[in-house]
Amino acid sequence: MLQAGLLLLAGLLFHSAAKAEYGLNFPEPAAGVAQEIYDIHMLTMGIATVLLIIVFAIVFYSLYFHRKSRGYQADQNFHTSWFGHWSWVIVPVMVLGVDLTIAGKADIVLKKVWDVPKEENIMDVKVTGHQWWWEFDYLDHDIKVESRYIPEEQSGDLYLREVDNPLVLPTGVKIRFLHTSADVLHAFWVPELAVKKDAIPGYITETWAELNREGTFRGQCAELCGTWHSRMPIVVESVSQDKFTAWVDGQKAIKVAAAAEASADKTWSMDELMVKGKTLYETKCAACHQVTGMGLPPAFPALNGSVLTKGPIADHLNIVINGKEGTAMQPWGTLNDLEIAAIVTYERNAWDNKMGDVVQPADVKQAR
Amino acid sequence: MSTTTLTHDEAHHHEAPKGWRRWLFSTNHKDIGTLYLLFALIMLFVGGASAMLIRMELFQPGIQLLDPDLYNNLVTNHALIMIFGAVMPAAAGLANWMIPMMIGAPDMALPRMNNLSFWILPAAATMLLLSFVVPFFPGGGTQINTGWTIYPPLSVQVGMSMDFLIFAIHLLGISSVLASINIIVTLLNMRAPGMKMLKMPMFCWTWLVTAFLLILVVPVLAGGVTMLLFDRHFGTSFFDAAGGGDPVLFQHLFWFFGHPEVYILLLPSIGVLSHVIPAFSRKPLFGYNSMVGAMIAVATIGMVVWAHHQYTIGMSLGAVTYFMIGTILISIPVGLMIFNFIATMWRGAMTFETPMLFAVGIVLMFTFGGLSGVMLAVVPADMQYHDSMFVVAHFHYVLMPGAVFGLFAGVFYWLPKWTGHMYDEKLGKLFFWTNVIGFNITFFPQHFLGLAGMPRRIVDYNVMFTEFNVISSVGAMIFGLSHLLLLYIVIKTIRGGKKAESRAWEGAKGLEWELDSPPAFHTWTVAPQIK
Repeated sequence: MLQAGLLLLAGLLFHSAAKAEYGLNFPEPAAGVAQEIYDIHMLTMGIATVLLIIVFAIVFYSLYFHRKSRGYQADQNFHTSWFGHWSWVIVPVMVLGVDLTIAGKADIVLKKVWDVPKEENIMDVKVTGHQWWWEFDYLDHDIKVESRYIPEEQSGDLYLREVDNPLVLPTGVKIRFLHTSADVLHAFWVPELAVKKDAIPGYITETWAELNREGTFRGQCAELCGTWHSRMPIVVESVSQDKFTAWVDGQKAIKVAAAAEASADKTWSMDELMVKGKTLYETKCAACHQVTGMGLPPAFPALNGSVLTKGPIADHLNIVINGKEGTAMQPWGTLNDLEIAAIVTYERNAWDNKMGDVVQPADVKQAR
Repeated sequence: MSTTTLTHDEAHHHEAPKGWRRWLFSTNHKDIGTLYLLFALIMLFVGGASAMLIRMELFQPGIQLLDPDLYNNLVTNHALIMIFGAVMPAAAGLANWMIPMMIGAPDMALPRMNNLSFWILPAAATMLLLSFVVPFFPGGGTQINTGWTIYPPLSVQVGMSMDFLIFAIHLLGISSVLASINIIVTLLNMRAPGMKMLKMPMFCWTWLVTAFLLILVVPVLAGGVTMLLFDRHFGTSFFDAAGGGDPVLFQHLFWFFGHPEVYILLLPSIGVLSHVIPAFSRKPLFGYNSMVGAMIAVATIGMVVWAHHQYTIGMSLGAVTYFMIGTILISIPVGLMIFNFIATMWRGAMTFETPMLFAVGIVLMFTFGGLSGVMLAVVPADMQYHDSMFVVAHFHYVLMPGAVFGLFAGVFYWLPKWTGHMYDEKLGKLFFWTNVIGFNITFFPQHFLGLAGMPRRIVDYNVMFTEFNVISSVGAMIFGLSHLLLLYIVIKTIRGGKKAESRAWEGAKGLEWELDSPPAFHTWTVAPQIK
């Protein structure tokens, strides 16, 4: 009864606000657990609001009436009255009552959030944080999605909330997210799913959700991960199971085609590699090394005219494939031979580099 | 030491030495207190300037003013400077000035160590400044873009600035521990005859608990950052999973220090309030014993709930349940403290001079910050709040009223005692109102930003967050600039003003008010007798 009353009050205060244009509250939940989290948020906020009103009322009453300017005489014995003697028991007991109300409800929700269902057919998505993009591995479907922010010129009003490849998920299916990181700490946060978990290198942490409506849900990386922490949006595309199946088939077809292209024993021309390389460079490398190749020294060295891009091809391939320890440069070995060949060719010939080198997929294979 | 030599010493030292030697070689608690307060005031402006740059950058979406690493470096510096440079030294300054005068002691127990613990601070500040400056030089490496939490592996990527920062933290830690030892020894040994522990002024009690907390937790931070230094340069893998280490271990070490640190910042201000509210309510503090008990309870529980800063690292259900319940239980002693303050005001004969205005502001706004703290303690809901602007709003509502406003209250309350002049009450009130209104405009909207999904520590944001960021930035300019008024009032009061009586406030109680305003260079050379 008390809880219902508090919820009603909280609802009156905040529900209309929740619908307001600027977003004064959490967005409408899109998963069962997220709804329960939303409810407990409203409960604690309601209790907090009521307590705040009580405290403010008492203080303002006292400020108004117990003033010297009103001729009020201080009660020098107030602290020695029975109330003064027993308030140290009364007040903690009252606070404890409020605490237990909150903790009891929180404990129930906490168990649901924490206990990832142990079902055989749960869908697994491995979420890997990178500086500064997300990698989603659909472990049951053997497909992988790389998700990067889109520059302001193309994303407009959705800048920093829009990605090139969203995380497509089906409704009505229990999904387990396995979080990890390839470099520093990140945190995966999509408010509609109420999922937030740190991505920690060397750890795999888990969360789960079951989407109950279709839509596009946007979130951002929530753990400071370096220079472009602000440029790690997460977009969840929640679709029906049929659409999801169709999407999975489409992704698989693309993957097969790419693999076939890369493994074809073909010698690529400079022009072909440069076109492919430019696209790949601008999605995967330009966040740090910049489209202009000038980098952002000292954190991100320039590639234009650098020792690396103008030096031996073997060293260049080595850094791209294996990364550089102790810096933000990560290993890119998961790219296929053709992609690496195209990127390295591009880096050696773009801007003022003009080395004239052509790196073929076969060279990459050998360098691995 | 015989009585004759005592008299001999006094003959040489009852006047303050002249020139720079007075300050550099000072062993006088009042002078060292002044140095601490001056240092804190300078740092308040340095830390405040970095906060204003942050808010200017966030005034509009897009990157206008600061590149991302510089932005995050300012975020880092703002926190470190405000915590270690402004709030802690200011509280230590109050302690140095007031503790000996309050307990009837001639000075701190260890005056030479007192000198050392202050003079380490400028060295630490220089280190911190260097960490900020070196990246601007060729080969200086990247800036400290990690936030004050300096979590690895990100902090391992940072250039040599991080090493300067680590040494700055070491120096600041040494300074704090030395000051704490001094305060504990003074309070336990140098109270006037008849002043039992439970007759000690509340400000002394709060500092006793604070000092114990500092000695318990600062070495843990020092250990953590030393391990980080070894990971960076000497090939160890304390925090590197690839080498068998654990990146989360650093977070535990950091917050084992970091959470009690919140109470280290808070408690001295609670002590100030315990003097200010009774003085201006003209009746004794309500619940002295329960206040002492509550404070010890806060410190004790506060030591064992650190991981509520890390709910999202993937702890077991048992662990998070424990940390959640422990954290929620802190509301009991904190609630009792706030209750005691309200009950002190209740049926008092209140007047509202500047210190009292700040005190009332603290009671109201700290309650607000505390209640949003209970919301954050609830693990499932924290899965949403964590690392969002909601957290930024919450901890500023705790630390600004809880720590900084308390120090302001203390400064205005004791300024007549220190300088012998009354400050300009009109200007004091103007400062209070601009400060408090600016503060609320700055931080209240950030709650909404966090709930709407804006993460903290981002240099650039989507247009959907613009409105509240504009409001917040405008508030921050009012808030920041209002401190110039504080500077003006303090300078004006030092230079002159209405002569302050020994008992500058009608309702003020305690030994410090029995001394002249300003007090002689040496006071209580003969200990008073407490009945």
